[in-house]
This record gives sequence, C-alpha cells and structure tokens, in this order.
Amino acid sequence: MLEFTQQIVNGLSLGAIYALIALGYTMVYGIIKLINFAHGDIMMVGAFVGYFSLTLLGTNIMVAMVTAMIACAVLGVIIEKVAYRPLRNSTRIAALITAIGVSLFLEYITIFLLGPSQKVFPESAFPIKAYDLAGLSVLNKDIFVVVSAVVLMLILQYIIKWTKTGKAMRAVSLDQEAAVLMGISVDKTISITFAIGSALAAAAGVMYGVYYSTVNPLMGIIPGLKAFVAAVLGGIGIIPGAMVGGFLMGLLETMVSGYGSSLYRDAVAFGVLILILLIKPTGLFGKDTGEKV
Amino acid sequence: MLRSVDLDVYYGAIHALKKLSIEVEQGTIVTLIGANGAGKTTTLKTISGLLRPRNGSIVYKNTELTKVAPEKIVEMGISQVPEGRRVFASMSVLENLEMGAYLRKDKKAMADDMENVFTRFPRLKERRKQMAGTLSGGEQQMLAIGRALMARPQLLLMDEPSMGLAPLLVKEIFEIIKDINEKGTTILLVEQNAHMALSIAHKAYVIETGEIVLHGEAKDLMNSEEVKSAYLGG
Ligand SMILES: Nc1ncnc2c1ncn2[C@@H]1O[C@H](COP(=O)(O)OP(=O)(O)O)[C@@H](O)[C@H]1O
Ligand SMILES: [Mg+2]
Repeated sequence: MLEFTQQIVNGLSLGAIYALIALGYTMVYGIIKLINFAHGDIMMVGAFVGYFSLTLLGTNIMVAMVTAMIACAVLGVIIEKVAYRPLRNSTRIAALITAIGVSLFLEYITIFLLGPSQKVFPESAFPIKAYDLAGLSVLNKDIFVVVSAVVLMLILQYIIKWTKTGKAMRAVSLDQEAAVLMGISVDKTISITFAIGSALAAAAGVMYGVYYSTVNPLMGIIPGLKAFVAAVLGGIGIIPGAMVGGFLMGLLETMVSGYGSSLYRDAVAFGVLILILLIKPTGLFGKDTGEKV
Repeated sequence: MLRSVDLDVYYGAIHALKKLSIEVEQGTIVTLIGANGAGKTTTLKTISGLLRPRNGSIVYKNTELTKVAPEKIVEMGISQVPEGRRVFASMSVLENLEMGAYLRKDKKAMADDMENVFTRFPRLKERRKQMAGTLSGGEQQMLAIGRALMARPQLLLMDEPSMGLAPLLVKEIFEIIKDINEKGTTILLVEQNAHMALSIAHKAYVIETGEIVLHGEAKDLMNSEEVKSAYLGG
C-alpha cells in the first residue's frame, strides 16, 4: 500500500506537467478546431527561456517561470497571427500541416541557435530536498511542480468561469458567429487563448526542467504527444477533461514503470488510452454524439 | 435610419442578393417577408457585417457600414436576434445576457436592463442559473431577444423569431416585438410568417430569390392580391 501511494506521489508531478500542456491543446482546439502540433515545442522554448533566466540572468525559479510564461505567451500570439490566422478559412488539413511545419521550425531553429546538445538545469536553482511523510518520500521538486500546476489551473478556471474575457472565450468556442453578433472580437479572443495556452506550456517546460534537470531542443516532442493524447482522453476541447486526462496519463506512466518495466511504460500507457477511447470515443468528459449542434 | 442601396451579395458563384434596396425609418417596424431561401438571412447578415456585399452600400445614421467591423456595428447600436436563436448552449441564462452587454461599461445601467429583461421574461429570471441549452424553444427565443436587448440597440434585427414555435407562443413573441418597438427601438423583422409580420409592421418588403419584388405600407400589402396568394395562403 505504501509502495502504491509512493507511485501516486511520483505520478502526480508528471501528471501535473502533462495536464498543463494538455490544457493548451484543448483550449486551442476548442476555439479554432486546430490540433496545434507546435504546442510541445512551445513548452520546449519555455524550458529554454527558464534555463537562460536562471543561468544568464541569475533569477530564482519563480521569476524564471514567469519570464518563460510571458515570453511564450508572446510567441504563441505571434505563431497564431503569422501561421494560423491566414489559414483560418482554409481546410483543416492545411492548418494541421502548417502546425507540423511550425513545430519543426521551432525545433530546428533552436538547434541552429543553441546546438543540439542538452543543457543541464542548474541545480543551485532548485536544491533537491527529500521529506519523509509517514513513510512516503516526497521531494521538494514534486511539491513545487504539483503546487504551481494546481495554482495555475485554479487561476485558469477563475479566468474562464468568472472574467469577461473567459466568458468571451467560451462564447467564441460555442458559436463564433453568434459571438461576433455580441460585439466580441474573435481575433482578439483567439490571440488571448493562444497566449494563455502557451504560457501554461511554458510553465510546464520550466517544471520539466526542474524535474528532469535537463533541457534540449527536441524535449517537447514526447511530452507534447502524451499531453495531446491526455487531452483527447479527457475529451478534446473540454478543459476539466484535459486536467484529468493529464493526471491520469502521468499516473499510468509511473505505475507501469513502477510495477512493470519502464521499457513498456509508453506502450502500456497508450494501450490503456486506446482502450478507453474505444469504449468512449469522445473522451472521458466528452458529450456523446447525438448532441444538437 | 438605415438604408441599403443596390446590394449585391454572393456566396461563391451564387448570387444571393440582387441590387437589394431597403429603407428602415427610425421608430418603425419594417418587415422583410419571403419564402425559404429568398435571401432574408443573407440581408441581415450583411447589415451586421458578417457578410460583405460585392457592390452597393448600407448607410446607417450617415455612416457607411459595409467597411465597418461587425463588433463596431454592434457598438453603433445594431443588434441581431439570429435565425435559430443561437444562444450559447453551455453557458447559463445569466451569462448569455451578460454576453449581450459585452461592449458596455455602464454597470449600473446594465443591471437595470437586466432587471427589465427579467421583468419582461419572468421565466428567464427563474432559470437564470440554468444552461441555455436546457431551455425550451420558446424560452431560448426569449433569451435570444433578451440578449440582444442587453446591448441597448437602437436598431434590432430579428431573423424569424417565430420559427418552430407553437401558435400561442408565436402570438406572445409578436406582442413582445410590438412592445419593444413602442418603447423606442426600431425593428427590422424577417419572417416567413407573413400574416403575423404584416399585422404588426408599418412598412414591408417582399423578397424573392434575392430581389425585392414588392414593397409598401404593411396594411396595403396585407390586402394585395399578389401577397395574399403567395404568402397568406389565398
Ligand atoms: N453559406 C452559404 N453558402 C452558399 N449558399 C448559401 C449560404 N447561405 C445561404 N445560401 C444560399 O443563399 C440563398 C439565400 O439564403 P438565405 O439568406 O439563408 O435565405 P432565407 O433566410 O430567406 O431563407 C439561398 O439560395 C441559399 O441556398
Ligand atoms: Mg433565413
């Protein structure tokens, strides 16, 4: 039982990171029906901004995270404006291919600028401590990741539920034309969505750096893919779905490595996901079809 | 108040509005009647700026609308109750009404208007926390009207507000439209229900395949043989 609880503790941090990335996927999909394949790479850029903030500017980890969030919010807005907006009325496949292009662009421009090798997150930025909680070993980095992720998710929930901007985001994703008739600017609302989603990915990137101690230009691919699956698992376009999907994904992965072999980690995790989607194709939180449009 | 001159609107190769000219005088109810597919919705969407004409102009209070952004058009005082109600299904009744007032900053007056909507539609007040998608068709229509009123429009565009409603409700909706107009809002009402529309309107236009084929005083059209045979069932 203790062993099991320990696995859960380990899985939570990973899950929190996936959940933060999954939120960006799901928010963007909800509003423009685009799978933003560059989203994982935005997380990578965030990790690098955090890295340079720690090493070059010598900031503390909180400042590094906020800096990364701001930088990636701007990056996300620019990507949407330059790459996706001109394609808003074209086919989905054209937008999807563009997203893959943006993804490769971000990966290889980073390699071009910084070289392909990984960089070590300075340990001094986050000296690791372990706590003993009733027999469970809890690392301070786990606490940092889970607490910051939960705080960010609460802020996000607040924005979406209670602020005028959040309500406009919901209105645009429900019915774009009707939203325009309310005087809501669709362009502005989509920009805000990209800004928020990218900032969350950047935060996840810095957490990932803290968690695994390294950053590299291709680090966004696998977590990006898993977060995407997490978003689909929760029901793409549904915000609580992305949160739950992300945590589930992280837990599953740690359970499989803990009890089985880390070799099968991804295979089993994805297998379980395929199974869930076979049973409920719209995802855990997805409405069943037959829903009126 | 509003005048469109020689509007040509296309959907790709489909010529949906052909040299369409209509005029809406301040303080009146003007109705645009015509069969399904005639171009009524296209007309309202063009006024709201959702569609742009290839040729022609729309002048509202001395401003050319065809180049103005749709959100600015709302700000200038033109709101629309779209066809099929289009309420935000998974937002509450209250949130839908708030969205109607999206561009306003006068909190106090907004609260008053919200009260007015609730006085006009007590059912909405009872259900204000409920998701709009769970309302009945009639209640959704009331919400769509209330939402448009929350913008304090000077000109209200209404696209088939009676669509899909039971006869008793249709009557109620038309009473409400008349009342909104009497309280000072100019209305451009699009309808397939020609009889009801003509009975409350001052002026009327008849549209067929994108062209205005008849226009005049509503009561004259009600008695015209052409309108009787084509739209009033003999
Ligand atoms: N999105 C669209 N794409 C192509 N054709 C359209 C579109 N919307 C409407 N039309 C066509 O334009 C004409 C006018 O449509 P509409 O304005 O919706 O008519 P109404 O509201 O009078 O029923 C119809 O022939 C319709 O088929
Ligand atoms: Mg129509």
